[in-house]
Order: sequence, then C-alpha cells, then structure tokens
Amino acid sequence: MRHILSLLVENEAGALSRVAGLFSARGYNIESLTVAPTEDATLSRMTIVTTGSDEVIEQITKQVNKLVDIVKIVDLNEGKHVERELMLVKVRAVGKDREELKRTADIFRARVIDLTEKTYVIELTGTGNKLDAFLEALDRSLILETVRTGACGLGRGEWIIKA
Amino acid sequence: MKLSDAPQSPTTAESTEMLSGAEIVCRALKAEGVEFLFGYPGGAVLVIYDEIYKQKAFSHILVRHEQAALHAADAYARATGKPGVALVTSGPGVTNAVTGIATAYMDSIPMVVITGQVPTHAIGQDAFQECDTVGITRPCVKHNFLVKDVADLAETIKKAFYIATTGRPGPVLVDIPKDVSAAKTLFHYPATVEMRSYRPVVKGHAGQIKKAMQMLLGASRPMIYVGGGAVLGNAAEQVTELVRMLGFPCTNTLMGLGAYPASDKQFVGMLGMHGTVEANMAMQNSDVLLAIGARFDDRVIGNPTHFAAGNPTRKIVHIDIDPSSISKRVKVDVPIVGDIKDVLTELISQLKAAEHKPDGKAVAAWWKQIEEWRSKDCLKYKTGGDIIKPQYVVEKLWEVTRGDAYVTSDVGQHQMWAAQYYRFDKPRRWINSGGLGTMGVGLPYAMGCKFAFPDADVACITGEGSIQMNIQELSTCKQYHLPIKIILLNNRYLGMVRQWQQFFHGDRHSESYMDALPNFKMLAESYGHVGMDIEKPADVEGALKEAFAMKERLVFMNFITDQKENVFPMVPGGKGISEMILAEDL
Repeated sequence: MRHILSLLVENEAGALSRVAGLFSARGYNIESLTVAPTEDATLSRMTIVTTGSDEVIEQITKQVNKLVDIVKIVDLNEGKHVERELMLVKVRAVGKDREELKRTADIFRARVIDLTEKTYVIELTGTGNKLDAFLEALDRSLILETVRTGACGLGRGEWIIKA
Repeated sequence: MKLSDAPQSPTTAESTEMLSGAEIVCRALKAEGVEFLFGYPGGAVLVIYDEIYKQKAFSHILVRHEQAALHAADAYARATGKPGVALVTSGPGVTNAVTGIATAYMDSIPMVVITGQVPTHAIGQDAFQECDTVGITRPCVKHNFLVKDVADLAETIKKAFYIATTGRPGPVLVDIPKDVSAAKTLFHYPATVEMRSYRPVVKGHAGQIKKAMQMLLGASRPMIYVGGGAVLGNAAEQVTELVRMLGFPCTNTLMGLGAYPASDKQFVGMLGMHGTVEANMAMQNSDVLLAIGARFDDRVIGNPTHFAAGNPTRKIVHIDIDPSSISKRVKVDVPIVGDIKDVLTELISQLKAAEHKPDGKAVAAWWKQIEEWRSKDCLKYKTGGDIIKPQYVVEKLWEVTRGDAYVTSDVGQHQMWAAQYYRFDKPRRWINSGGLGTMGVGLPYAMGCKFAFPDADVACITGEGSIQMNIQELSTCKQYHLPIKIILLNNRYLGMVRQWQQFFHGDRHSESYMDALPNFKMLAESYGHVGMDIEKPADVEGALKEAFAMKERLVFMNFITDQKENVFPMVPGGKGISEMILAEDL
C-alpha cells in the first residue's frame, strides 16, 4: 500500500543522504521524496512516498526514527490528511492545439505560466492522481517535458507535527 | 546502557583557555576517562599526534595496520564495557579502518573513531589522501560528524561519546579536517548534551512487563533465549537470577555466551546454525519464548517462515533496547522496549510479588523432553586417533585456563568450536565478530583484551586463514610486550568454506586449500615471540600448560589438526533450526 511519511529532520549537511541511504541499503521503495527548510530554520521537513506491507512500513518508520538526525517521523496515512503535488508541463502549442491546450488547462484549473510562439509551460497542483489525469488528457505527442515535485502533505485540523 | 553508566566527565567551569583543535581532542578524551587510544599517524592527523606526544592522560597504542586499531579498540569495549577509541588519518587510513568500524557496528559496540581529514578548503578537490569519510562510513556507523569549525569540536566529541554509549550502542565517527585541528578556540567541554533528535528509551513499559510475567507463569514449555544485548546491557546477573527463579531452560546466542553460565544445568547450550540439539529443539517447540537482547537473526533461527509456521501457537516476549529489532524477522506478541537491566529488574520484582508460581508439573515434563534431546550428546566427537581433534584443543584450553580466560576468535570452524567447547561462565569473556563475521579480528581483539586486563589470561583461538589476515600485529605485540597465547587450529583448509563445499558443492574444494603456509613457529620467533608446533594429541595439554606458564611471553601454538573435521550440529542455510545435520548422520 502507498504511504506518505512526513519527517522533521535536523537541517544539517548529510541528513538527506542518511535517509536516502537507509532506503537503498534496506531495499525500501521511494516513489518520491521532497525536502525543504521549515519556518524554523534549524529544521527541514521531508515527505517520502513509499509502498510496502504494514510490516515493511513499520520497519521503515522504526529504522528512520533510529537515525540520529531525525526528530520525528509520522505516517500521514494513519489519520486524515491533505496532499498536494506540483507539476510543470511544457507542451508544443501551435495552430489549433493552442486553444485546445488552454481549454484543457482551464478544466483542470491549471495555469499557463510561460509562453512562446510555439510552447506553453503549464503549472498544475493537486494530488498525484489529478496530475496523472491531466497528462492523460493531453495529446501525448504535444508533451515536450514534465517535472513533478513529488507529494507533500499535512494532517488535517488539529493534527500537528512539531519538534 | 544507561546514561549513568557512561563515563562521567567533570563539570567544567567556564573556561578561558584558548586551545587548538588537537588540544581539544586530547582534553576531551581525558575528560571521558579514555585509557587507550589505538591508532596510526598520517598527514591529516599530524597536529593531533603532536599533542598526543605532549600529554600523559592516556596511552597511544601504535598498531601496524589501521584495521587492527579499530579491532583492538572494539575488543577493549567488548571486554570492559567502556567505549573503545581509535584515531586514524584521512583517505587510506579511513578506508583501512572501515572493516573495523563495520564489525563493531554489526555487533553494537560502543566506539568513538576520530579521523583526520584534508583541510576544509581542500575538501572536494580530490586532494592527496582525501576521501569522503562521512559518506563511506555512513552505512556502518551509528552516527558520524564532519567538524568544519573548531568552535563545534568539543561539543561534537561529547555528543559522539554520548551517542556511542547510550541506547543501542555503536560506533560514532568524528572527522576533523587538518585546519580545524590547528585552529584555536575557547575551550569548554560540556558535562552533558541534550539532543532533541536523539532520546533513547530506557524504561520498559510496566504494563507490558506485567503481561510478560503472566505469560511466563502460564507457560508449560518455556524457553529463555539470551543474546548479545544482555552482555552489552550488563544484565548477566539479572538474566541469571531470572532463569534460576523460574527454573526454565536457557540458551545463549553466539554473542550472548557468558550472559548465563554455560556450566549451569539449566543451560542447554548455544543455539543456531551450530547450536545444540536441545537448544534448537527447545527453541522450536516452546510454547512461550522469552527473547532477551537478541534479534532472531538468520544464523540463530534459520528460516523465519519455518520458525513461525512450525509452531504457530508459540507466544513470544521480546525485550530489546532497539524498537527496530522487534518484529523485524519474527512477529512478537509482547514487545518490551527498554534497558534490559531495568526491565529484568522490574520483571524479577513483579515475579517475586506474584501469587502464582510457574506450572511445576508441566515444566518438569518439558525438562524430561529436553533431557531426551540432551542425551543425544550432539557435541560428542571421535577421539583416540593420532591426529589432534580441534575440539579437544579447546576443551583442554578450558581446563588449563580454568574456564577463566578472555577468549578471542577469528571466523570459521575454529570460532564455532571455541563457542561450543569453551564453556563461558562470565559475560565479556568471549570476544568474537558475530554479525559481520570478520576474519582477522582474533589477534587485534586479543591485544585489546590484554591492554584492558594485563593480568588475565588472553587466548586467541584462530585458523591459519584468519591469522594471516592481521598477522602483522605480532609486531605490535612485541612493542608492547603483550603475552597473548595464540591457539592456531591449523587444518590447512579454509575449514568452514571446505565444509560447505563438502556438503553443498559436491566436495569440490574450490580455492579453500591453504597452500604455501609459512613456518608459524619461526615466524613467531622472528618477532621475538615463542613458537611451538604441536602434532600429537598427547602433547596438547602439556603444550598449553607450558605456554600459559610463560606469563611474560607471547606464545604462538601451531596445532596441526584433523583436516577433515566438521562442525556439528549444522543447520544448512535457509532451513529451519530443527532441521539439523548431526555428526552421526554422515
């Protein structure tokens, strides 16, 4: 099953490689990993999307927790949460495709954030499924390149993850 | 290990001393009560070595290869319970040390490793003797640090000792660039450190301990399985009290030997791949299993599916300081995370207060079954020939040293015979590489023990393959006058490899014959030690007595042993632990 793990990490050199190294050394999957400093500059927040049985997820959580730089790890799937991912798509936008691409983007509440005579860069946020659906809605031959941030998420309401 | 077990550093008043990084290293080691620093100099640590030259708080031990420095520090930690400390230079100094660090990591040994690094401005420039030390060692340390500012050095070393010795212990590395060891700062060594990201649990959950107690009292086929965690957690006394109080059978893992006395009748021998029939059968057929500081690893329980499926109703209580050890390979029913000594003390006091006692009748019937398994006498071996049996040498060693020596071993058949036939009654007497299985540890391990306990008998049981992996340390032994006794069980084969080839690879001895061996007696003599060749069973005891009587000399005993002897019982890899091959089966 897919799990979103949310980590608070000491903002120190090497913390990312400790986490990434642990996943590769123990053969765990990483679907996506995203990391950036938080409002407290000494802490980074890392979101890892992974898959595995309940036993594997339990081991991942315990092993990550053991790393000295990790302040906290929470499995967001244990409660209600919101999840978002950002994607940028560069498409070939000429002739009649130009209008059609704009319309499709509007339907998905995506925005064109850069354009040239021949291209658009479209920005879209949402769950991974929504981003997938948008790509499927496009004519594949028009897609020039895509980049995605990987998911990040927060618990809903009063569920707060603090150091 | 509890925080209070860690060496107490003096509370330093606000200091006004300006010290160099190198001076700080020495002062910090002094504050931590370090007796021995095992190391090897080089360019990146020259400034530190210059300060070592000027101080008297601790002794530096110069080895002949960095790997040996790590192993010696590791053995010092295993034998004393105090952290071992090593110092090596950058680049090749570090890469040579990696095997030693990984060995300690796999067996959870508290160590602080200080490494030199090229100057900060040269890092990443492919400088001479540069390597990415924190990168290379990251997967085999509990934690590591690169100190880029001398102002952080004292606190970092304090953290290193704190992390290495608390929770589940392990090696911690501090990488110090040369310019940092030369730069000066105001020295203040903190008495304690507090880390929000590192707070090991020590106190076991009282409710879980109660559940465990009830489960144990309700058992009819109980078994107590004790691992290295009980030794590391200094809980041998509590283990012994608990086992005796309950009257249950007890087994120790390879790493747990000595946690419960081997000569006691409740001890059913070591378990695992080369465990006794009674230990493995009791383990497999128990209805309540109490695991103490053990991790159900593949050499202990064999195939985890077979272990679980063969006895689906067995209940397991698991006490461990490391939550990630629990339910890793085998699902447990009552996990208790905490310091073993604390948890067992609580469990013992709850048992004393309990109204119920163990089910005497059921347990007696269980013992009857165990005695039946025991009567197979699975460690019996053929005697009476004119070739020395390796098992016989270990048994005689036990007699000659009255079972009271520090015994180190290398890795292979001789290691298993040492574990099976030297009956360890005390913890921290059996020093071997269980997890990583590192050949070459035996001699440097013996050095570490001898430095820690100069008056004790220290024996290194080894093979002709393993001893040659760090034989250069005979020179270190000469320099420091270390009267170690080396027991070489020389069968002219990489014996364990040969045994597996015999059983599983059609007896094709691919590269397992040790050809072109040196004359070990003359080799030992060339280092100024005593060498002996022993070829007849009748000479074994006399040679051992003669060697141990030479209190001031290192004696290298070359026992020419049976080439084809195998280690029994044996559980083939991937099989269940009750699927043993016995000597009589062949």
